[in-house]
Amino acid sequence: MIARREQAMATVILGLFSLIALLPIVGIVLTALQEGDSLETFGTFHGFNFGNFADAWRDGNFDQYLRSSAIVAVVVVTAASVFSILAGYAFATMRFRGNQALFYLLLLGLMVPLEAMIVPLYYDFRDLNLLDTYWALILPQVGTSVAFGTFWMRAYFRTVPKSLTEAARIDGASSLFTLWRVILPLARPAVLTMMVLIFMWTWNEFLLALVMVSDEGLRTAPLGLSFFQGRNRDDLTLLAAGAVIVALPIVLVYAFLQRHFIRGMVTGAVKG
Amino acid sequence: MARPVATPPPVAEPTIPRELLGGEAAPAASPAAAARPPGEPRGIGYLYLLPAFVVFGLFVLFPLGHSFWLSLFNWDGLTPGTWVGFDNYVDVVSDPALRNAFVHSAVLIVFYSVLPVCIGLMLAGIVARTRVRGLTFFRTVLFLPQVMALVVVAIMWRMIYDPASGTINEVLRTIGLGSLAQDWLGDFSIALPAVGLVGTWVMYGLAMVLFMAGVQKIPRSLYDAARVDGAGPVREFFAVTLPALRGEIGVATTLTMIAALRNFDLIYNTTKGGPGDATSVPAYQVYDRAFQTGQVGSAAAIGLSLAIVIFLLTIGVNKLADRAATT
Repeated sequence: MIARREQAMATVILGLFSLIALLPIVGIVLTALQEGDSLETFGTFHGFNFGNFADAWRDGNFDQYLRSSAIVAVVVVTAASVFSILAGYAFATMRFRGNQALFYLLLLGLMVPLEAMIVPLYYDFRDLNLLDTYWALILPQVGTSVAFGTFWMRAYFRTVPKSLTEAARIDGASSLFTLWRVILPLARPAVLTMMVLIFMWTWNEFLLALVMVSDEGLRTAPLGLSFFQGRNRDDLTLLAAGAVIVALPIVLVYAFLQRHFIRGMVTGAVKG
Repeated sequence: MARPVATPPPVAEPTIPRELLGGEAAPAASPAAAARPPGEPRGIGYLYLLPAFVVFGLFVLFPLGHSFWLSLFNWDGLTPGTWVGFDNYVDVVSDPALRNAFVHSAVLIVFYSVLPVCIGLMLAGIVARTRVRGLTFFRTVLFLPQVMALVVVAIMWRMIYDPASGTINEVLRTIGLGSLAQDWLGDFSIALPAVGLVGTWVMYGLAMVLFMAGVQKIPRSLYDAARVDGAGPVREFFAVTLPALRGEIGVATTLTMIAALRNFDLIYNTTKGGPGDATSVPAYQVYDRAFQTGQVGSAAAIGLSLAIVIFLLTIGVNKLADRAATT
């Protein structure tokens, strides 16, 4: 009897907090679906009207913003993942002078926030004439992602039984071959979790894009949305549609790979 | 699918670097492993590290050093700067505007960190005593705010807080409390808590998911023993649930605190530090000084001070969590 009541209470409270998490999100979707005669209030339902999405897409250059975001995210995730796998493999399975010291250096980088680097990054990239290029968005994010990724992959590779790599070596396999054909196939879930986290951080990055890029054509989706907000402060429905457009890709990825998002973040993953 | 989240397959140890924090070094490789493995020259390890460390060195370490160098000057970004030594750091402590920015961060930690952890713990205490159906579904929903760009979150909440058409004021007027309706983000004394509550909304799901996963790892026998001893729900919470969750509490506190301190996106897209300086935070001051008002050296000093605060708090929280583990 008591157990029953406790179960019901737990479900109710969980449901309540889930509802609070969900309501603002549902609200902005409903707002985006309202008719754009600027008489609406946030979150009321007036049927389905997809005109705002078309308007926002056309007026807001969201096709460009999403393309920039996609380019930056794909390059950052690919490069950071490859570099992290290689470095994590070395840290976990090889012995060389300075192994520990180099690893601690990386840990330090893991805890440094972008705010502590953004000022010199801007002036260094200005001196190199690389402001307003994709490089200015990609390179610093590969740098910060690699600190996290290497730590993550090292942690995984340390759990791989030594007998596996030793067997491969006795068979005459090189270290690269061992990594590629023996260990990496096992590491697929760990690699995917890492990629998902780096993708999310890169897709949502705001400060770096705000500082490094002023060319409209290079703006990433969150930055473009911020400027779109500046131009359309009073057009509730249009703004809501823009916000939904920017949120949708990451929410879709989350819908399919939520296990990886959650698994990654509950271990305390942080990125500089 | 329904696997408890915090007992992942051998994917990861907590990313908050325990070796660095607790001071206990990772176990040095065993003597057996010290014998050099045959066939591979040991130098090859460096080759594997090279790409990662080139980008890490160029785009993390070098900017960090450069940031320190810049912080020793008064520089407007254009004309030659003047050497001021550590004056910019003195300002962080003595300049009321900057000190306030850090105080605001401390207030935000209450909303981003303390509140979500308390909400999460309360829930953990309830879930601990029973089995809930549909946990995977709840987890997915609770985590959703974590995933979205903070620009989107900011736009959402600006609409909710809007003085004319916002949900909160509408509701207040509907239930006859229209006198309480106000400009939530524009009022000097309310803007900071209002922004803070957005942080609570983003963060509590993370704390809940973490703690629910942690609770599922607690052996049932502990609860049975507590009940045999006649412990009620409250005693049970303090005697069993809370001590068992200290690791998760450490992780949740660290993550949410870092988010509170690095609070740029949300401030920039809701209040821009206003009204006046009411919601100004260090991260916003870095941006404002470096790129709006030409105080580059000061901005660099604030950024590094912020990094040091984050570093010390992370170490502190983890030391506490570890000490709780041993007593």
